Amino acid sequence: MATYIIRRLLQGIIVLLAVSTVCFVMFRYTGDPVLMLAGKYATQEEREHVRHVYGLDRPVHEQYISFLGGVLQGDFGKSYVSQIDALDMILERFPATFELASTAIMISFIFGVGLGVVVSVWPSGWLSRTIMAGSLFGISIPTFLIGILLVMFFSVYIEIFPSFGRGDTVQIGFWRTGLLTASGWQHILLPALTLSGYQLAVLIRLTRAGMRETLSEEYIKTAKAKGLSPAKVVLKHALRNVMIPVVTITGLSFGELIAFSIVTETIFQWPGMGNLLLTSIFETDQPIIVTYIMLAACIILTINILVDVLYAFLNPRIRYD
Amino acid sequence: MKSEHLLEVLDLKTSFYTFEGVARAVNGVSYYLDKGETLGIVGESGCGKSVTASSVMRILPEPPGKIEGGTILFDNQDLTKLSQKQMRRIRGGRIAMIFQEPMTSLNPVFTIGNQISEMFILHKGMSRREAMEASADMLDRVQIPAPKARVHEYPHQLSGGMRQRAMIAMALACEPEILIADEPTTALDVTVQAQILDIMLKLKEDTGTAIQMITHDLGVIAETSNRIVVMYAGKVVEEAGTVELFTKTLHPYTRGLLASIPLLGSRSAGTQQSLSEIKGTVPSLFEIPSGCAFRQRCKHAMKICAEREPELEQVGSGHAVRCWLHIPQEKR
Ligand SMILES: Nc1ncnc2c1ncn2[C@@H]1O[C@H](COP(=O)(O)OP(=O)(O)O)[C@@H](O)[C@H]1O
Ligand code: SF4
Ligand SMILES: [Mg+2]
Repeated sequence: MATYIIRRLLQGIIVLLAVSTVCFVMFRYTGDPVLMLAGKYATQEEREHVRHVYGLDRPVHEQYISFLGGVLQGDFGKSYVSQIDALDMILERFPATFELASTAIMISFIFGVGLGVVVSVWPSGWLSRTIMAGSLFGISIPTFLIGILLVMFFSVYIEIFPSFGRGDTVQIGFWRTGLLTASGWQHILLPALTLSGYQLAVLIRLTRAGMRETLSEEYIKTAKAKGLSPAKVVLKHALRNVMIPVVTITGLSFGELIAFSIVTETIFQWPGMGNLLLTSIFETDQPIIVTYIMLAACIILTINILVDVLYAFLNPRIRYD
Repeated sequence: MKSEHLLEVLDLKTSFYTFEGVARAVNGVSYYLDKGETLGIVGESGCGKSVTASSVMRILPEPPGKIEGGTILFDNQDLTKLSQKQMRRIRGGRIAMIFQEPMTSLNPVFTIGNQISEMFILHKGMSRREAMEASADMLDRVQIPAPKARVHEYPHQLSGGMRQRAMIAMALACEPEILIADEPTTALDVTVQAQILDIMLKLKEDTGTAIQMITHDLGVIAETSNRIVVMYAGKVVEEAGTVELFTKTLHPYTRGLLASIPLLGSRSAGTQQSLSEIKGTVPSLFEIPSGCAFRQRCKHAMKICAEREPELEQVGSGHAVRCWLHIPQEKR
């Protein structure tokens, strides 16, 4: 197991190197940062000056090496716009996004698995039909539409949840959390629901499919023949087997939710990384964009490794050696 | 209701409601089982042996399955009338069952010990720790080496024979009055088959458990069972004490089964021979012929065999047969 994890970490580093190279190439050859930095009306002289200050007049390979050197030391440069360290800017926004994604994944996991079990245990009731219709809805409509519908209903129509912002937050060390205040919870609910929508629907269907298959296995017959209660048969013997793919998919999508919560954050004006990224794209603030991409890659790689470990833990037939 | 037998099944009818129609998998089966005896139930695959067993255990998949009639008497109660909740107190604790496929009958994500422990915790009210120790004892009794270590292993770490031993340990954990063994050795190598049968019978001697041994291979039960019930197309076609059945075989189907017992050592390990002595195959439940269900495959079929179905006829003490050849003229 340990050697497996080390191997995965090494692979991860290679992937990150590749990602950083792609970032570098993309941003050196698309758009001209000088235009952005010096302004549209700058003189030729001012442009040359900017080019020199930012090292853009050096040969490409030198630029690449210094870029890579910076990345290795966690230095992604300063935002072109605010002149603040890019990594600091993103990390400041990270807790908001992380809390949003965690809440969303909890919602989709708990309700996805719960409703998936309900649907597979009572497949023909009206409740199950409603849930299945709802899951089809959740899979087919785009996230922004879910968000807008939720806002329309809960914020505009019955006015119980606010439609934007993060509410009151508390600073704990480097982490600014909204999960310790009532207002924070009020604010996180709608965006978290929006973000969880698709995943929730996927997990309901995945759980149902897994349950169907598992419930017809021989070992379920054995469990029944032992005299175990239906609850024990379903929740212990069947669900534990179904959890193997469900936890894997949930874990993998968690990384994606963190990295790509852009749409939801924009709808709800959530002060997270996704929102910052969008602003930076409009402003061609390349250091921020590069940092975001690198961080997203890091998060997804880390979560993939964690999911692999969890998978081995849940499935005794898998041992990575 | 009272019965002089430990288990008495009377006129059991179990059907499956499928898209193609109603499959009458068990169509009026009666048999009994006495304390401590071993009863063999034989018949080609598809004749309703497993469905009979699942009906007794009340673990049929419902729907599509349904017990449509008959009584299953155990301990003066009709099991067909019990609620699932009442049934759970009998299942596992008093009537246990083991299945054909040791590879898939154990849950892959729990340890062997965990799965055997469940029996002790559920039926004996033991604590987790006590149950784990009792499980190791059971593994020892089914001759699994290093039982204390094995309880912590997962099914995939055990061979097929070892898994079937673990299944036996699990089934006999609470010393049930009845063990229904549904083709317990069919999926195993010939050499392992004999060991598994030995272990089962030895444990049975210790616990006084009655065994209902289901198989499609008469050879498996020839030496182990006291009585044998032969089934065909959801019905009992012959029933007799083991010696009687082998020496005074009456039903043409039973004769076919006997003739197809492979001679010891003549079959290669692991492969199963088809019943070469009986021509044709089991009819699908939707195409059972009129009259005697076996007549299309029977060498002795007569006119009456196509017209009316023979009743199960008592032909000697404890010997009954469902065949026109053995029903006297005056009863036809
Ligand atoms: N789940 C089911 N759905 C529909 N039909 C079934 C089902 N289980 C069994 N049957 C029918 O019952 C018949 C008897 O099956 P079974 O008792 O398993 O035979 P065997 O004697 O080989 O154990 C089969 O031929 C099949 O048509
Ligand atoms: S009743 Fe007729 S067809 Fe059926 S087994 Fe007897 S002789 Fe053969
Ligand atoms: Mg069977």
